[in-house]
Amino acid sequence: MSEPGKLDAISSDLLKRAVADRFNGEEMILVPVLSVVLALAIGAIVMLATGVGFGSIGQSYLALFTGSVGSVNAISETLTAAAPLTLAGLGIALGFRAGLFNIGAEGQLILGGIAAVAVGFALTDTPAWIHLPLALLAGALAGAAWAAIAGWLKAATGAHEVITTIMLNLIALRLVDYLLRNPPIQKPGRADPISQSVLPSAELPRLLTWIDPNLRVHAGILLVVAAVAIVYWLLFRTTKGFEFRAAGANPDAARYAGMRSGLIIVLVMATAGALAGLAGANQVLGVLGRASPGFSGGAGFDAIAVALLGRSHPVGVLLAGLLFGALQAGGREMQVAAGVSIDLISIIQALVIVFMAAPTLVRATIPWVFTKQVGR
Amino acid sequence: MDIELRGITKRFGPVVANSDVNLTIRSGEIFGLLGENGAGKSTLMNVLSGLYRPDEGEILIDGKPVRFEGAGDAIRAGIGMVHQHFMLVPVFTVAENVVLGVEPTGRLDHLDLKTARRQVREIGAQHGLVVDPDAIIEEVPVGIQQRVEIIKVLFRSADVLIFDEPTAVLTPQEVEDFFGIVRSLRDAGKALVFITHKLFEILEVADRISVLRGGKIVGEGDPKTATEADLAEMMVGRPVSFTVDKAPKAPGPALLEISDLKVLNDRHEVAVDNVSLNVRAGEIVGIAGVQGNGQTELVEALTGLRPTVGGAITFLGEDVTRASTRDLHARGIAHVPEDRQRDGLIEDFTIAENMVLDSYYDDRFSTGLNMHWQKVHEETARIVTEFDVRTSSVFDLAGHLSGGNQQKLVVARELSREIKLLIASQPTRGVDVGSIEYIHERIVAARDAGVGVIVVSTELDEIRGLSDRILVMFRGRVVAEFDSASATVAQLGLAMAGAAA
Repeated sequence: MSEPGKLDAISSDLLKRAVADRFNGEEMILVPVLSVVLALAIGAIVMLATGVGFGSIGQSYLALFTGSVGSVNAISETLTAAAPLTLAGLGIALGFRAGLFNIGAEGQLILGGIAAVAVGFALTDTPAWIHLPLALLAGALAGAAWAAIAGWLKAATGAHEVITTIMLNLIALRLVDYLLRNPPIQKPGRADPISQSVLPSAELPRLLTWIDPNLRVHAGILLVVAAVAIVYWLLFRTTKGFEFRAAGANPDAARYAGMRSGLIIVLVMATAGALAGLAGANQVLGVLGRASPGFSGGAGFDAIAVALLGRSHPVGVLLAGLLFGALQAGGREMQVAAGVSIDLISIIQALVIVFMAAPTLVRATIPWVFTKQVGR
Repeated sequence: MDIELRGITKRFGPVVANSDVNLTIRSGEIFGLLGENGAGKSTLMNVLSGLYRPDEGEILIDGKPVRFEGAGDAIRAGIGMVHQHFMLVPVFTVAENVVLGVEPTGRLDHLDLKTARRQVREIGAQHGLVVDPDAIIEEVPVGIQQRVEIIKVLFRSADVLIFDEPTAVLTPQEVEDFFGIVRSLRDAGKALVFITHKLFEILEVADRISVLRGGKIVGEGDPKTATEADLAEMMVGRPVSFTVDKAPKAPGPALLEISDLKVLNDRHEVAVDNVSLNVRAGEIVGIAGVQGNGQTELVEALTGLRPTVGGAITFLGEDVTRASTRDLHARGIAHVPEDRQRDGLIEDFTIAENMVLDSYYDDRFSTGLNMHWQKVHEETARIVTEFDVRTSSVFDLAGHLSGGNQQKLVVARELSREIKLLIASQPTRGVDVGSIEYIHERIVAARDAGVGVIVVSTELDEIRGLSDRILVMFRGRVVAEFDSASATVAQLGLAMAGAAA
């Protein structure tokens, strides 16, 4: 036994964090950045191959840049596009951390959107400070309930969440289609599938109308910032987050430590669904004002890529969401200014995901950037 | 074929894994390489088998320097490695596994399994490695799987065979068979390298011994004259005690009572068959037995990890037969699981996170949802120091610790709170000598403090050294009970083989 003084001295040394080793920094920052660079480079090759001249390529990427961060309006558009991607991406990242591959964000998102619309037009004569939170809450709850079904199926029967969430997506799609074509959701007097409009008291207020009334960025981005902070807190500062991460990193050890895996799975899925549902609510209450088929713009699927790109870390997901938002906003500008199809943006997004999923590919393509070599 | 390693140095960043290592491996000889976990044995052998390139030094085969650019070069040069974790396809047959990658083919690339089966039989007959070429790998015992690994290496015409911790997964009987195989390979003129940290094994089978510590060769031993104590001192760098110091102690009141317990295994067969036993405060009950005789299922039932189908478990007078893992933990039952890397800790988590893996919800470390990480880190630093877990920071990943330190981490976690019963499964499996001594001391200290202890181990020495009472399990039943002072190895061995039943 060492005397107390000596013990204290040794202990305080142990409490120092090791300097983050360089290899990890490369993995966390360099690989994502280079993935984007490589994707843009290959995007240029694709444009060349499809007969776009060098000048137009330069013009396209310039438009991509100015359309995403080149003006107040561009930044507003980027933020507007980034919000749902980040919210749903956070949910998917939470699932990844707990070892769950939740493909169902799309279904959770559209059902969340419908629920938010329903509350948004149904509660008349309600002050905004009650109406808006209720509409958001409805969106989150609908998403949570839908995702919890997949969680419960896995916990109770072992059914794989990839299969069940894909199936639940299809069901949600048809369900939303049905709801949009029938009262009470459908707008009276319309034959096409479209919902009633959200009342102003449930709308997410636009933030920059004092600069220019056309700026679309709305209070949803505050929701995003809050969600990033909350998910970070949940994952790394709470007992539940500890359980989530333990169950994801080593389910056997989690079970041996007395954690209840079934409950964890349902909780994680419900939380992920709530975030996806919020993403849907964010779209209908902040941007669209109503719901129609395809109102999500596939954000629930793009969010999977956002979560991957963000390395399942809340801050990473925020950055990835902003990047994808920028690509979407810039892509529209690119189409208008340079006449290059917005499909190119899908190609670039897909390439980013490929490189992120296979970091070795990035290392092998540009090995001189890395200190540590492949396979050694 | 003789191999010489000359001045081999291998660094990983600032870490020197091997430093100026010189050794010779001769045909017709079993060369024993002894060292603690993390001493650099595996790095050295990976250099020899072409997986790593040395930073300095050279490898000479029959006096000629060679350069291996990859594992393929080493295999072509006749160097084969039998890994600790087998590299076999579980659903393939023995013959299919042996020829995998170098399949004999006929016309139009037709897979000639007939020839493969014949060749497997021939190699088997030649070296006393009897296996059925058509048996499916996942259906044969571990000892046979190891034979398949050896045949695989011989099939690729290796003259030098490297065995990395070959006995870690074998039962005592399989170890004996394995030694027979190794000796017959030596007599057939092969050069063999036997890597281990088990002293008596190396003394029994090796012709020449080198000891590696901190990446350097620190000594050589002649198995005919060296003693376990000599080798252990070389390996650890200080004298090591092999006997567990234990004062006699009168056991206290009854703690755990198990009556007619029945538990099924994963295949729904009866694994624990009407077992009754009791543990009193302040005594160590050893459960001996060959792996797979129901010990695992018994422990899982006692820790709430596996449902019981009959009988009752009473702890401190309360029925806990259906209690959850968390409930039992809260009642003061600690568990050191048999497979620490799979069940005992999370390698991607920090040491601090692992330290609270089963107590994070406790008032000491959290209030409601909020984790108090500062307290967790401080407490971990204290426990890590107290239990001599060798690490530079509590923020290091558990996966970066050596096996012995991982086990000390698990033991420290379980013993560093108020407990009444400790259930330790294979508490020192795969752990180096220095750590074994320490872990044994801590278990005895817990017993002296009035904790009831169940030790499950397949190592007879460990059972005999630690226990106050020894129970032997065979085919799911407790077939014999001994007072540890009077039990002999022969008696225990017979009971483990089922003779007393």
